[in-house]
Amino acid sequence: MEILVCARRVPDTSENEIQLNSAGNDIERDELVYSINEPDNYAMEEALQIVANTGGSVSVVTVGGEDDEEVLRREMAMGANHGILLADDAFAGSDGRGIASVLKAFVQKGNYDLILTGVQAEDGGAQVGGMLAAMLDYPFASLVNSIEILDGKKLKISREIEGGNKEISEIDLPCVLSIQTGINEPRYVGMRGIRAVASAPIPKYGLSDLGISAGTVGADAAKVKRVDYFIPVLGKTAEMLNGSREENVEKVLDLVAAKGGLK
Amino acid sequence: MVEGNHLAVTSWLVSGRALFLAIHVLGIVGFAYIVARRLVPLTRAERDLRFDQPLARLRMVLKFWLGQWKHPRYKTAGILHILFFSGFILLAMRAFTVLILGVSYNFVMPGLAGKAGHIYEIATDYAATVVFLCMIVAIVRRVVFRPARYEVPAKFGKSHKADAIFLLALIAVLMLADSLFEAAKAAGQIQPGQAIAFGAVFSLPWLLKVALASASLPTLGRLYFSGYLLHEVSFYFLLCYRPFGIQFHVETSLFNIYFAKLDRAQLKPVKWGVSDDALDQVKSFGVKTFEDFTWKQMLDFYSCADCGRCSDNCPANAAGRPLSPRFLTIKARDYAFQHYPMFGKPGNGKALIGNLYSEDEIWSCTTCGACEQECPLLVEYIDKIVDLRRGMIDDGTVPQSLQKPLKAIESRGNPYGKLEKKRADWAGAKDFQQACPVKTLGKKNGAETLYFVDSITSFDDRMQSIGRATAKILHHIEENFGILGSAEKDSGNEVRRFGEETLFLALRDHNTEAIKASGVKHLVTADPHALNALRHDYKDLPPVEHISQVIAREVKSGKIRFKPVENGDKVYTYHDPCYLGRHNQVYEDPRHVLDAIPGLKRVEMKRSRDRSFCCGGGGLMLFYEPKEEERIGVKRVRMAAEAGANVIVTACPFCMVNIEDAIKVAGLEGKMSAIDLAELAEQHMVRESSEGQPKVGEIPQQCVTGR
Amino acid sequence: MARIFAYIAHKGGVADDTAAELAAAARKIDAASPTAIVVGSSAESDAVCAAVAASFGEVWKVANEVLFTRNAELVRKALVKIVPAGSIVLIAHEHFGIDLAPGLSIKLNSAFVSDVLAIDGVEGRSLKVVRQEFGGQINTHVNCDISFGAVITLRPGAFKPVAGPPLGGTIVDKSAEVGALAAGRRYLETIAAEAGDVDITKHTVLVSIGRGIQEKDNVGIAQELADALGAAVSCSRPVVDAKWLEKSRQVGSSGKTVKPKVYLACGISGAFQHLAGIKGNPFIIAVNKNPKAPIFQVADVGIVDDVLEFLPELTSKVRELRAVAAK
Repeated sequence: MEILVCARRVPDTSENEIQLNSAGNDIERDELVYSINEPDNYAMEEALQIVANTGGSVSVVTVGGEDDEEVLRREMAMGANHGILLADDAFAGSDGRGIASVLKAFVQKGNYDLILTGVQAEDGGAQVGGMLAAMLDYPFASLVNSIEILDGKKLKISREIEGGNKEISEIDLPCVLSIQTGINEPRYVGMRGIRAVASAPIPKYGLSDLGISAGTVGADAAKVKRVDYFIPVLGKTAEMLNGSREENVEKVLDLVAAKGGLK
Repeated sequence: MVEGNHLAVTSWLVSGRALFLAIHVLGIVGFAYIVARRLVPLTRAERDLRFDQPLARLRMVLKFWLGQWKHPRYKTAGILHILFFSGFILLAMRAFTVLILGVSYNFVMPGLAGKAGHIYEIATDYAATVVFLCMIVAIVRRVVFRPARYEVPAKFGKSHKADAIFLLALIAVLMLADSLFEAAKAAGQIQPGQAIAFGAVFSLPWLLKVALASASLPTLGRLYFSGYLLHEVSFYFLLCYRPFGIQFHVETSLFNIYFAKLDRAQLKPVKWGVSDDALDQVKSFGVKTFEDFTWKQMLDFYSCADCGRCSDNCPANAAGRPLSPRFLTIKARDYAFQHYPMFGKPGNGKALIGNLYSEDEIWSCTTCGACEQECPLLVEYIDKIVDLRRGMIDDGTVPQSLQKPLKAIESRGNPYGKLEKKRADWAGAKDFQQACPVKTLGKKNGAETLYFVDSITSFDDRMQSIGRATAKILHHIEENFGILGSAEKDSGNEVRRFGEETLFLALRDHNTEAIKASGVKHLVTADPHALNALRHDYKDLPPVEHISQVIAREVKSGKIRFKPVENGDKVYTYHDPCYLGRHNQVYEDPRHVLDAIPGLKRVEMKRSRDRSFCCGGGGLMLFYEPKEEERIGVKRVRMAAEAGANVIVTACPFCMVNIEDAIKVAGLEGKMSAIDLAELAEQHMVRESSEGQPKVGEIPQQCVTGR
Repeated sequence: MARIFAYIAHKGGVADDTAAELAAAARKIDAASPTAIVVGSSAESDAVCAAVAASFGEVWKVANEVLFTRNAELVRKALVKIVPAGSIVLIAHEHFGIDLAPGLSIKLNSAFVSDVLAIDGVEGRSLKVVRQEFGGQINTHVNCDISFGAVITLRPGAFKPVAGPPLGGTIVDKSAEVGALAAGRRYLETIAAEAGDVDITKHTVLVSIGRGIQEKDNVGIAQELADALGAAVSCSRPVVDAKWLEKSRQVGSSGKTVKPKVYLACGISGAFQHLAGIKGNPFIIAVNKNPKAPIFQVADVGIVDDVLEFLPELTSKVRELRAVAAK
């Protein structure tokens, strides 16, 4: 099976403190540590596990610039057979639809049975997978937490829905799936593995290579634009208890009792 | 002595010469073949450089093999073993003589004729008796007393008892056969009516000789022959059977000890003979299949005597984690026996993890070193665990709970993922800065001494107080010191021991550069894990000390004086951290410091110094979620309570985390507390102020300076 | 101004709470009353249409047995047939909305913006909205060009329903326009979450733990408090991901929805996916080491403290109280 994983390099939410920069128009990016978007990493692990059973290869692609290559290399160190960078100045400022257009053009140059994305990235958009599928006219399913190969043409998938329930569906190949964290346990990739792929070739494709018309991508084509970042002015907030621990405990006990919490 | 009678008995052997010769040939050839087959996996193993420093190695042999140095750590078994080991050594000449007699019935060993021979005979008579009795006692121990460490948990297979008793019994039979043989000959030398000649009275041969005193010469002759045959058959049977079980250690122990590691503090490199720079060329890291072990590691598997002392002292095993060092070895040995059979081709190598060992089994080890400290055969464990972990890291088989801190160390230089620039915040609080300014070394700031803080002390709210106490002590003794601040990364002690060699080397190179750039002449740390890494894993650094060594020295010099303890109810006990004690042999300095505090009541736990019981492990071990029955730390805290203490003093931030946590889990809050040595010392340090003067009405205490 | 549609989520013939929220959000874009779209089987859609008619000027019904399974692929095909070009479609940002909305925006050739927290209004061709990034750590103002329409998903609970007189909207049956539907994805079944030993939805007091509990062994600290209070222990997603508690204890959009009287949020940061599972406006007491934790914006009472220290003290006080009461 030929699988394509769409990945993204994002500031690591667990190892960074997201703060406004001094100018107040962006987040402070100087000391940010970047890594692969966590759900994308789960998607890659899933792809590797599928291919270990069915044979075939796994490719990883990202839309970005030179800085984003490190994420492709990490996934190649993990086991991806090919890494591809889609880069062009014309792509800068694209909104979700723009990114999906670039990916769509790339997908149509290849022959992939299955395309995996992570559920969402740091901006919480949760959009590229669904958009890509619609552009390609492939069936789509989001929040996938389990994949079973039925035969060469179909998959049985499970989606995470409310209450911890699972919605089981059958889906035709080729299709696009957005993968939820927790679907598997991604393998470890150490420094050594990354060093080993440090000089692996990563082809780079731009606007003309992919046959994209300039008007569909980039800042000019973007319909959705972020204006700024801000820390919200807190409206109704909690009444903060500022006493000693003992005093706070007493107060909490009183409140719990008052609200009918002691039976 | 009547020659005639003597010969009448001994000449019975002549008739069996052909048979005996055949048994000799069969036995020797068999043994040679078996040993050759046993050596096959070693020829396919990884290299191990153990041929250096022959004199030092011979000293090890003298101390640990001949001197049985570690055996008395378990008194009963130790004394038993020393007795029958000495017996065997003594009996060696006799055994050879006896064997040769089968083909040359009146052979006398050169040098053992006449008086010397006679003395030797008496000595060996007793030796055989002692060995025989030891075997009986050993069997009784196994059957009646059943020491816990010999038990085989169900998950590790069937009991080894039957096999053990069989072998013990065989040795007893061997002694019996030998004694019968000697007795028959001796009995043949007695003239009827003659008083029984002086010999080894009440020895087994003597007793048998007395019993046979009135037997006829032909009977004696037959007994002599049978005794000889039984002896020869038992001897060769044992010889050839030993390599199939734990008794192989009889042959391999000498070699295992000769080739043992001379410097335990040095971790095995990824591959012997491959420098750190050349590691990129190595295809596969670590041990994944059996043949990835080195020949010495395989020799270890053969040499295990199944005594169970390692597992008896292993904290992971005590807590019910999947790891039992003894079975790590026994399983590998069984694998070798299975896959390298006596006849036929070696089987296909399978992956060790998942087949022989479980992942959790290997991740469970805290690298405390208790197993290695106990093993009388000097079997090495830590290197094997590290090698197996290297293999798992290489394959990506790492629990998610460990992936996070490893990744954080890679990107932020500490396992918590905190920002590098906050690494020196612990020293930044205003009042602290005023009392004790801590300079960050750099272009503008130099110093004599570097205080290497390491990650946990830098970032953990509780442990930062150890950092501040250490700084205050250094300040008090007017040490010209500084810290690296954000230029410091995790020392990497556990990173290396968890198998992430590449990341460790990156940390080491980074820290080494920063340390060298600072121009310091000494290093000091309050973190024994950092101490261990800087002293042994890093190269070409200035000398490193632990803060307890510094305090002890300054107590002896008088620069540090202590005021008396305030609370007379407190009973202190010192918990030896594994990386300060066992791994770096610092046992007395911390005790000296405690004893220098006037009025401090101190008790010793049963397991202390090199028998200290690990707190549960440090570094990355704090992030791992083991499956266990009881927390390792909880066991340790109970030991402190048992010793009558209500304060545990430790000298390691990881011990502090585990012990404080364990106190809560054990439900001993309010009854037991913990404090770091540096904190305790700093609290009691007499400063140049009115602080140090005894209050009015207080009984002045004598300052105890060393015990 | 383009026509505004609201996709109504429903289950068992009952409209989801988000229906009223979508109506309120639509008001922020344009004063004109939005149109509700209800798709489902005949029986379901009839009941739901009747229910939402009070909040919407017009209700479009698409009744088709195959839509009972609410397969986003099929629903999308249905919507594309009836929604006019250039419309604005509002959908709740939950598991179904995430499935449906992005692809719908492509097929409608309109803009797309998701998980909107607030709508600031329209300025020219731009709809100004507020979103969050980095797991809720920071907010952002976003402009969405709606000249070709837009598909917008809204954060559940972010838009307060507006009370008003019932609108008595007309119900229009659009089923025939949709026709037959088929898709490359077919629904098979729904597997209910395993019932755990404790049903947190039945408890009136919950001691809820998050990442701040730090490790599995500390879950006991929360259990002790719960035992003393006669409450149950629930948790946020990270605790389940780390396998410290089973899924049946999870409160949140992908876990259970609870309606307790008192909710103790211990070491929980307050990510919206978790809060989405708390309904009925309980009294929320939050304990967290981080004074900037978003939970303090939704809690009634907040304490900045280490849960590992605070909870045991609270537990002993509760026990003391019980002991006194028993005498």
